[in-house]
Amino acid sequence: MPFYVSPEQVMKDRADYARKGIARGRSLVAFSATDGIVVVAENPSRTLYKISEIYDRIAFAGVGKYNEFEMLRIAGVRQADIKGYSFAREDVNARALANAYAQTLGQVFTHEMKPYEVEILVAQVGATQEDDELFHILYDGTVVDEQGFTVLGGEAERIIEVTRDRYTADLDHGGAVRLGAAVLSTDDTPLPAASLEVAFLDRSRTRRAFGRIRGDELTAILEAS
Amino acid sequence: MNESPLPFFASGDDPGASFVDLLRRVAPDHLPASDLGGGTRSTPFEVTHGTTIVAIRYADGVVMAGDRRATAGSTIANRRMEKVFPADDYSGVAIAGAAGPAVDMVRLFQVQLEHYEKIEGELLSLEGKANQLAGLIRANLPMAMQGMVVVPLFAGYDERRGHGRVFSYDALGGRYEEADFQATGSGGVHARNWIKAQWSEGMTRDDAVDLALRALFAAADEDSATGGPDLIRGIYPVVAVIDRDGYVAVPDADIAARANVLIGGREEGAGL
Repeated sequence: MPFYVSPEQVMKDRADYARKGIARGRSLVAFSATDGIVVVAENPSRTLYKISEIYDRIAFAGVGKYNEFEMLRIAGVRQADIKGYSFAREDVNARALANAYAQTLGQVFTHEMKPYEVEILVAQVGATQEDDELFHILYDGTVVDEQGFTVLGGEAERIIEVTRDRYTADLDHGGAVRLGAAVLSTDDTPLPAASLEVAFLDRSRTRRAFGRIRGDELTAILEAS
Repeated sequence: MNESPLPFFASGDDPGASFVDLLRRVAPDHLPASDLGGGTRSTPFEVTHGTTIVAIRYADGVVMAGDRRATAGSTIANRRMEKVFPADDYSGVAIAGAAGPAVDMVRLFQVQLEHYEKIEGELLSLEGKANQLAGLIRANLPMAMQGMVVVPLFAGYDERRGHGRVFSYDALGGRYEEADFQATGSGGVHARNWIKAQWSEGMTRDDAVDLALRALFAAADEDSATGGPDLIRGIYPVVAVIDRDGYVAVPDADIAARANVLIGGREEGAGL
């Protein structure tokens, strides 16, 4: 029985543990499109969402363990609503929220019994496409400020590989939804509407930009070309 | 998780979907004042008051309207005050009474409804929203006892029942559902009488908007604290319509046109 475990080994074990947990779930992609930000997740459930509204122009998405990212989502909504109420609605931004998430995940990763098995996305739609922000936050608190698109989940490497060739900044939201359905699929057939959860931060909306695309609307978008 | 900058709570202490309970735990000083302090019986200064508001049910929903005048004693404190606000996409709230606490209450109410929607992933029922507002008025009771009474109207489209509903409140947070319409504030009696004489079941949206304007006009005619249409400055009542498609503020130009017709009619001896 070993009496000493090196910090390197502890961190590596924790990271392996978190990565394994995340790899068990399904992946999610987010794109900055001409008319807003589109998030597409493989999720057969109609009620347990991976993508949600945080504030007027900010969305949240998570992969991995549902109860863990759901807890983070609620804390984010609370943080944003308190800030918006105490100051003004325009003072709520994705960067501050991403930092708070990063600190929280970093704390849990080093101090708690087990790390969170989650990766999360904080996305903020800007006035123009150049102002769109996609913060990808890992289980250990690492924050990546992504440009154009980002992929969360165990299959990220494969999906990034196929997305890189097909994503262009001049996609509109319909094109982004179709690209998402295609790249999340492991074979050549795009995923059907029934196994997708799609949300859209609409750049043209004046206040709450978040909306879900589902049902007939989603089917129509997937069938168009 | 004590080190986290995000608000987390132990399971017994979790505020759930209530924003008011959340604020009470993390930033209680940001809640609206609930007491003037010092055992004050009444304020030593003139308090700004919002005056007349109306809500009228019609065939497809409800119309809410309010005049623009705020008074402090016998002074006009504000000519452009807005007293009708969206509570969320499918309901509105109009305020009468002490303006400061009333505006705070509306702001908190709006966040409370949106917060619930985001945390729970669905809208509160219309009845649930009406009860939430009653809770906020009840929390204002110590202020009401010191003369800072807030008496809003709440109205909205009830998606589950498929028609508009109107709720009124008393200073203690008592909540009363009105069958067809209600008007409160200093000119409320005059407005209500006018509506009572003209209201009919199944009114159209246009007729209900006109009736709301006439009722406010009647109130302004009798009550010095209620402002009528101000043609010189181009200030007209705020009117909102809430139906199946949600809350829509009627554009100022539309209200101005209607007010001018109304005033024209009066000069010819019809109406008022």
